[in-house]
Amino acid sequence: MSLFDIFRKRTTAPVARDRLQVLLAHERSVIGKSDLIAILQEEILAVIAKHISVDRDAVQIKLDRGASFSTLEIDVEVPLNAKVAKPPTGAGVPASA
Amino acid sequence: MGKVLVVTSGKGGVGKTTSTAALGAALARGGENVVVIDFDVGLRNLDLVMGAERRVVFDLINVVQGDAKLAQALIRDKRIDTLSLLPASQTRDKDALTIEGVDKVIAELKEKFDWVICDSPAGIERGALLAMRNADLAVVVTNPEVSSVRDSDRIIGMLDSKTLRAEKGERIDKFLLVTRYDPQRAARNEMLKVDDVLEILSIPLLGIIPESEEVLKASNIGSPVTLNNPNSAPSKAYFDAARRLKGETVEVVVPMDRKGFMGRLFGRRVA
Ligand SMILES: Nc1ncnc2c1ncn2[C@@H]1O[C@H](COP(=O)(O)OP(=O)(O)OP(=O)(O)O)[C@@H](O)[C@H]1O
Ligand SMILES: [Mg+2]
Repeated sequence: MSLFDIFRKRTTAPVARDRLQVLLAHERSVIGKSDLIAILQEEILAVIAKHISVDRDAVQIKLDRGASFSTLEIDVEVPLNAKVAKPPTGAGVPASA
Repeated sequence: MGKVLVVTSGKGGVGKTTSTAALGAALARGGENVVVIDFDVGLRNLDLVMGAERRVVFDLINVVQGDAKLAQALIRDKRIDTLSLLPASQTRDKDALTIEGVDKVIAELKEKFDWVICDSPAGIERGALLAMRNADLAVVVTNPEVSSVRDSDRIIGMLDSKTLRAEKGERIDKFLLVTRYDPQRAARNEMLKVDDVLEILSIPLLGIIPESEEVLKASNIGSPVTLNNPNSAPSKAYFDAARRLKGETVEVVVPMDRKGFMGRLFGRRVA
């Protein structure tokens, strides 16, 4: 193996280091330790459910943890003939005192 | 209806997670629909080895507890679309896994996949028992050294008594996967012989995976070795093992030292 090859060869250790840095930064953060994603999901779905009825199976959630920020993607399939949900009692127009 | 395979060992660090990823990817490459499940609650690693750690949203415990649907927790591999991962929880308590919950998840996965591969945690405690509970077949991962063989014997005993199949009086197919086999040390007679391990444990041999830097490189990158370098010696051994799991008859090759004299003579054929 020539010196040239040594420099050209793509080594894997730096990839491992970068992956670990990103992962551990997330795991050590307060957000990483909480169930934030699950809570967000529940609340977002609750908001949607106030207006239309959606099937839980029609909801796809994707996350990509990046070095400085993450992206959270929530995909809700809303069929054209989705039923408009009845506003739950107590919600909507506040009762006048 | 899919088959449930547990990858287990008793002893830690022998290559269960590496083998789960490598066999799962090898089967998926062959067109099978595969899901790999991490049962190592609190110490998950299969996501890292598979390179999916950035994409984990929900995990096995979320599904067991009904916080997420199975379809939401499954992570589809970016390289092979017939390969999926169900990660373990990193933060929750492992007691959150209930027997009923696990049984239900596995039953659901069996409907969807040809292979449900369970990566067991080390030890012989609850986590290992939950991982093997629903198994139809087991891969016992063993390194050719005394403590690993002893622990494998212990695990084989548990496979024969503590699984659902055993409780129903049915058989569970058990296969021995010898990993981290070092041809140089074998040539110097410094390592237990595979034949001796086979005789002691007396279960059929699924394959011999050589010790190889390719395994470390693959895990650095986050790719099962069978995808990262399919032509490497460990990958070939894993591909052959996957074919044997499917019931094909494939002759087992004993890895040899390519640098040694014998290796040079037979290297092209066996390495
Ligand atoms: N054939 C091999 N050649 C070289 N290194 C290997 C091989 N197989 C496994 N390893 C290395 O051994 C270490 C342990 O492997 P792995 O995590 O797969 O074991 P494990 O049985 O899942 O461990 P645990 O009991 O902690 O879950 C890892 O660093 C892995 O890269
Ligand atoms: Mg492991």
